[in-house]
Amino acid sequence: MPDKTNAPAVEGLFTMDPREPRLLGTRCRACGTYFFPAEKTFCRNPACDEADFEEVPLSRTGKVWSYTSASYKPPAPFVAKEPFEPFAIAAVELEEEGITILGQVADGIGVDALKTGMPMELVLRELYEDDEHIYFTWNWKPTSGGSDA
Amino acid sequence: MSKDVAVLGVGMHPWGKWGQSFVGYGVKAAQDALNDAGVQWKDIQLVAGGDTIRNGYPGYVAGATFAQALGWSGAKVSSSYGACATGAQAISVARAHILAGLCEVALVIGADAAPKGFFAPTGGRRPEDPDWLRFHIQGITNPTYFGLYARRRMDVYGATQQDFAQVKVKNSKHGLHNPNARYRKEVTLEDVMSSVLVADPLHLLDICATSDGAAALVLSSMDFARKHTTDPVKIAAVSTVTPVYPNSIIEMPNLATDSKAGVGLPEIGFKESIAHGAYEEAGLGPEDMSLAEVYDLSTALELDWYEQIGLCPPGDAEKLLRDGDTSIGGRVPVNPSGGLGCFGEAVPAQAIAQVCELTWQLRGQAEGRQVEGAKAGVTVNQGLFGHGSSVICTV
Repeated sequence: MPDKTNAPAVEGLFTMDPREPRLLGTRCRACGTYFFPAEKTFCRNPACDEADFEEVPLSRTGKVWSYTSASYKPPAPFVAKEPFEPFAIAAVELEEEGITILGQVADGIGVDALKTGMPMELVLRELYEDDEHIYFTWNWKPTSGGSDA
Repeated sequence: MSKDVAVLGVGMHPWGKWGQSFVGYGVKAAQDALNDAGVQWKDIQLVAGGDTIRNGYPGYVAGATFAQALGWSGAKVSSSYGACATGAQAISVARAHILAGLCEVALVIGADAAPKGFFAPTGGRRPEDPDWLRFHIQGITNPTYFGLYARRRMDVYGATQQDFAQVKVKNSKHGLHNPNARYRKEVTLEDVMSSVLVADPLHLLDICATSDGAAALVLSSMDFARKHTTDPVKIAAVSTVTPVYPNSIIEMPNLATDSKAGVGLPEIGFKESIAHGAYEEAGLGPEDMSLAEVYDLSTALELDWYEQIGLCPPGDAEKLLRDGDTSIGGRVPVNPSGGLGCFGEAVPAQAIAQVCELTWQLRGQAEGRQVEGAKAGVTVNQGLFGHGSSVICTV
């Protein structure tokens, strides 16, 4: 049995760089607005008629807009670990892109350790696995330095 | 031209977990609304159904299923879906037919038979569907969003978990004598605070259940109404607005907001724009409202709505609650029906049920929960993916 390979749980949403992963969005070349998940067909800004996008890795850091927890196992299509371990979820605002993005909070860090305005960074964490692959998703994690935002 | 339509009749099937088909609930509510209106089913010219998504074809494509159950009469049919705002979509279709002169009298019906526990998307791998994506890749449920909004109130405005619990205490008192409410039991602050934490800072009793239930309205032109009754309750406005780009507040079921980069923010946010649209259409303001029925999916969301429908400035909702302004007997009672906290959510029926409650209140028939001297009321609600829903009724 060969070793399992790492794969994103859904293709095209983020890079698999283990040290400095990035979410993958698009930016409209005409009006400058960003989209995550990537929009490639039409610009959703009603004042913009262009359909010319560049794919851009989004900022890796942002600030907490709000946060909560999942104390109960979410239903499918979430694939929960058994036994289920509650996790925190943060909404993190990326300053340059002006987008707020949700994600689980990494490493079992709970809501008690979070605060609105706190700087966070993007990390990858294992979500589930099958016979061939270990599937990853993005998580938010309080920045170690806490001073880059 | 007047934009008023008359609410000739209202009816509901009590909320609960009854283990039956949604069709029977809808028929019972419809028959009650017809009786209340003094209108025969054979005289209804349009059936506007609100679809549930839990029964094969959207509620068997609801309008026709209800029409068949009531007995094919050849009436025109319409079926609508707008998630939690489904009822407002059905009301809007009926009202537009009446105002355009395409029909004189219409029957609006919404009914649901809800599963237990978390709402979840349908099966299959569908990464392009934001609802599927948020569950699969982050385990984000509906209460996640309720928790985020609640925590934001705590960190920005200094709200407490006790404030949220107090909404439940208030609404449980309001719903105590409502015969259509599922939960008719007083709840204490301690009951809420000692219930399990579901989505921090919200406890189980801060979050609404999912229920079976049905609501129906007989709507008509003012001319038709005058032949049947004097001084009917009127629908003065229906707002079904969508957001204006960019919507910078995270909304169910999305993983991300719109981008503020390169585009100016709209004058008011989406949630504020929902009732605003209804006020504009009615030529009334929040100061004219005697009561409000708001969509309290969570206790903290009820507080958000106070501000978003203009009852108070941002950050003052907790004070409004603590001062008793939103309790029956206060300045502007909110959710005198008991709200979703006493009903649980029966999705396609809910926006219609809000209008039933306004009607009973404005007629002075809300026994055990009457807002004295009520002259005008507003409902507000929001459906997944960007469906605004707000109705203003007057007498």
